Amino acid sequence: MKKFHLHPCGNFRERYTQELTVFTTDFGRLWGVIGFVLLVTTVPWLASPYMLYIINMIGIAAIAAIGLNILIGFTGQISLGHGAFFGVGAYAAAILATRFHLPFFVTIPLAGLITAMIGMIFGIPSGRLKGLYLTIATLAGQFIIEYLLIHWDTLTKGTAGITLPPTKLLTFSLQGDLGFYYLIFLALAGMGWIAVNLMRTRYGRAFIAIRDNDRAAEGMGIPIFRYKLLSFGISSFYAGFAGALWASYMGSITAEPFNLSLSVEYIAMVIIGGLGSISGSIYGAVFITLLNESLRFMTGILMNSGIVAASGLNMAPLREFIFGLAIVMFILIEPRGLAELWRITRSSFRLWPFSY
Amino acid sequence: MDFFIQLLVGGISVGFLYGLSAMGFVMIFKSSSVLNFAHGELLAIGAYFFLAFIVWAKLPFLLAFLLALVGCFLLGIMIERIFLRPLIGEPLIFVIMLTVGLAAMFKGIILLIWGGNLHTYPNFLPETLGINWGVVRIPPVYSATLVIGMLFLLLFGLFFKFSSQGIYMRSVADNQRAALSLGVHVKRVFALSWAIAALVAGMSGMVLGIINGVNVHDLSAIGLKVFPVVILGGLDSIGGAIIGGIIIGLLETFTGGYLSPSLRDVVPYVILVLILLLKPYGLFGLKEIERV
Amino acid sequence: MENLLLQLNNISVVYSDVIQVLKGVSLSVQKNRIVSLLGSNGAGKTTTLKAISGLLKPENGKVTDGTILYQGRELQNQAPETITRNGIIQVLEGRQPFKYLTIEENLRVGTATRWGKPYRSDLEKVYHYFPALWKRRRGLAGYCSGGELQMLVMGRALMAHPELLLLDEPSLGLAPLVVIEIFRIIRRINEEEGTTIILVEQNARMALQIAHHGYVMENGKIVMEGSADILRDNPDIREFYLGMSAAGNIKSYADVKSYRRRKRWL
Repeated sequence: MKKFHLHPCGNFRERYTQELTVFTTDFGRLWGVIGFVLLVTTVPWLASPYMLYIINMIGIAAIAAIGLNILIGFTGQISLGHGAFFGVGAYAAAILATRFHLPFFVTIPLAGLITAMIGMIFGIPSGRLKGLYLTIATLAGQFIIEYLLIHWDTLTKGTAGITLPPTKLLTFSLQGDLGFYYLIFLALAGMGWIAVNLMRTRYGRAFIAIRDNDRAAEGMGIPIFRYKLLSFGISSFYAGFAGALWASYMGSITAEPFNLSLSVEYIAMVIIGGLGSISGSIYGAVFITLLNESLRFMTGILMNSGIVAASGLNMAPLREFIFGLAIVMFILIEPRGLAELWRITRSSFRLWPFSY
Repeated sequence: MDFFIQLLVGGISVGFLYGLSAMGFVMIFKSSSVLNFAHGELLAIGAYFFLAFIVWAKLPFLLAFLLALVGCFLLGIMIERIFLRPLIGEPLIFVIMLTVGLAAMFKGIILLIWGGNLHTYPNFLPETLGINWGVVRIPPVYSATLVIGMLFLLLFGLFFKFSSQGIYMRSVADNQRAALSLGVHVKRVFALSWAIAALVAGMSGMVLGIINGVNVHDLSAIGLKVFPVVILGGLDSIGGAIIGGIIIGLLETFTGGYLSPSLRDVVPYVILVLILLLKPYGLFGLKEIERV
Repeated sequence: MENLLLQLNNISVVYSDVIQVLKGVSLSVQKNRIVSLLGSNGAGKTTTLKAISGLLKPENGKVTDGTILYQGRELQNQAPETITRNGIIQVLEGRQPFKYLTIEENLRVGTATRWGKPYRSDLEKVYHYFPALWKRRRGLAGYCSGGELQMLVMGRALMAHPELLLLDEPSLGLAPLVVIEIFRIIRRINEEEGTTIILVEQNARMALQIAHHGYVMENGKIVMEGSADILRDNPDIREFYLGMSAAGNIKSYADVKSYRRRKRWL
């Protein structure tokens, strides 16, 4: 039997394979399994439908955020068009389902692939542009896609939006929060697993090399343009996949939600979660989604309570303010995000009482 | 032909406003290489300061204008001190996202205080300022804008060319290490350039408010339109910003007039992508003087 | 020793908290002298200058130990803005002009430490030392030749009325005749303005000709010091820095004894 690994109190790695392990200890692996089992078995029965809805939203956001983290956190290419790619995925799924009557398990990955193609088209400027010029180019991409989603009437039905047929697995209907809960978490686990392992391959290492120093990477023989495009493709695949899930879950879509502020929200998730950390993207998705929901809840209470309602103040903008404040505070205080905070907390427990 | 001239005049006036709005943005980028996503909100803050002084406090026009400018100047210093100074030397994405966060904060505050409705200033411009040559009809606000804009352009041109502080600011933009070695107060220069940029932005916001009425959403949308303008003109060229603004303005009005009104908002961004692919440093951006 | 201007007591400098570059450097500089700092690449000469001028900070370096006394005040780890206002100006290695500013504007940046004071007479003084700059005063610095640029950056530093001028490799990449010209001017600045100068040079022969005193650095330590005359005649210096062995021939590493002597230094 294999030796059971506990946390070492220092860095005792001797081989590269040890550096590459996903779980540093068997405890980590155990906790991972326990967490997954708990998520699958107990949560759906404990949570109210509203809670389940929020959890589903977190799951979808987490998939998209993982995709964006591959692009920003690992490859170092800042994109302001992720929200639009999410929208492309949603529309692709809707159009495939209504025009071609494909089942969801075909439309969702296919929508991901279509978005990946479009993402790569908008990634072409990365061949010549770096840093903030590329950021501005992706900003333009965001506006152009947004425009097409609204004004390409023959394809997207414009402002009327598209209603999707109910999601069915063979004859069993997946409609409703619970069915989608399983679907979304299966997808998140799968996509997370792919992302974590992708970063351990030569592709992942090439991405990181490009992020750290693209000229040096090129000098080492990495064809940087091809890898940047690949990174754009993978990242948009995640966005499109998440968007397609979202469209199937919502049942009907319009172009409205896929605007610049959605893109900003995804970047906020990636930064608050932790750049270059797959698990961080999930923390970020949890944080931003919960923040949004709780702020909505709180402003709702404030608006209906006596004093504020009497003064006629509109408290809704408070959400925007606090959202901005959260981003600013994280950047100023802990720029490496929740993943780093979590690591610090964990290691301070682990090293107690002899931390140094 | 009349229609064409109308579009031409309209495009140039709108474009001049874009250029004016972009000036502050270019100033910040030039001195500290910060891509300011909160620029639209800076425009809005200037407009609302002016609104507060002129409508709430009922101050005379000129005093309100000057007070609003002072307010913007101080706000610019504050933003630099509190938010941007700790980020000197951090990666690009943090700086970008910080300004995005600031934009959300400012927008939230403005909406809390003034709400999302359209406000207007009382009319204070004499009708005689308007120009009326047959088909060419320029309303008084536009000619006033032209005068104010030119005045500011001249003022800042002189400031950067001849005053010591202006030269120090340019030296920091040019070679920060060398400026530091000569004792230039680099942090003060950053603060000053934010202050001046906020002042110029506030002034542009007031002008936009006079013309279109004051509304946060509209003004922050113009803040995003600054990007195609400055990319076209070159991110570090103030004169280029004005020309870029006029080109974008003309493009917008002509596509709106001859093609379709819905296209006009997306055309600048299509142009932006093309420019970035063909001529990344803009039409008037500095070419790197490279000596080996 | 009342005319002591600057004193470094046993300073250590660490970059990014891990890379130790200076390991206990002590040196003292008298007023109105030219002190030359010699040594091979990576010996820590530039770092020593940056420790004095406060320019370590933007490069994530820090004086972790020891004191820098300038006119009796401790200066270590101060902001460059403060240090320059005390009269210490460093001329950076590799000539860093403001490329998009004209020559005259470049010179005016040198007045940053005395902002608001008249500068006309200083401009004239700089043009008097460097007549070549007068001809090009309206041209962009980016288009000047290397020699003109070196004059420009030295003139720019003079505009600040420095009491202590830190020159980092002024001869880098210049033609021999221009080097002679530059060193002649350094000497004149020292004599006419009474400016104290610390001169970091690879060109040890030239440096020792105009300097009064010299220090030799190796691996972040000072390994030898003395007046310039003594250093010039020292056989080890002659061999390792002036490039000739005691007999006057070009040295060769085949010479085992020389190798051992060299090792003793490191």
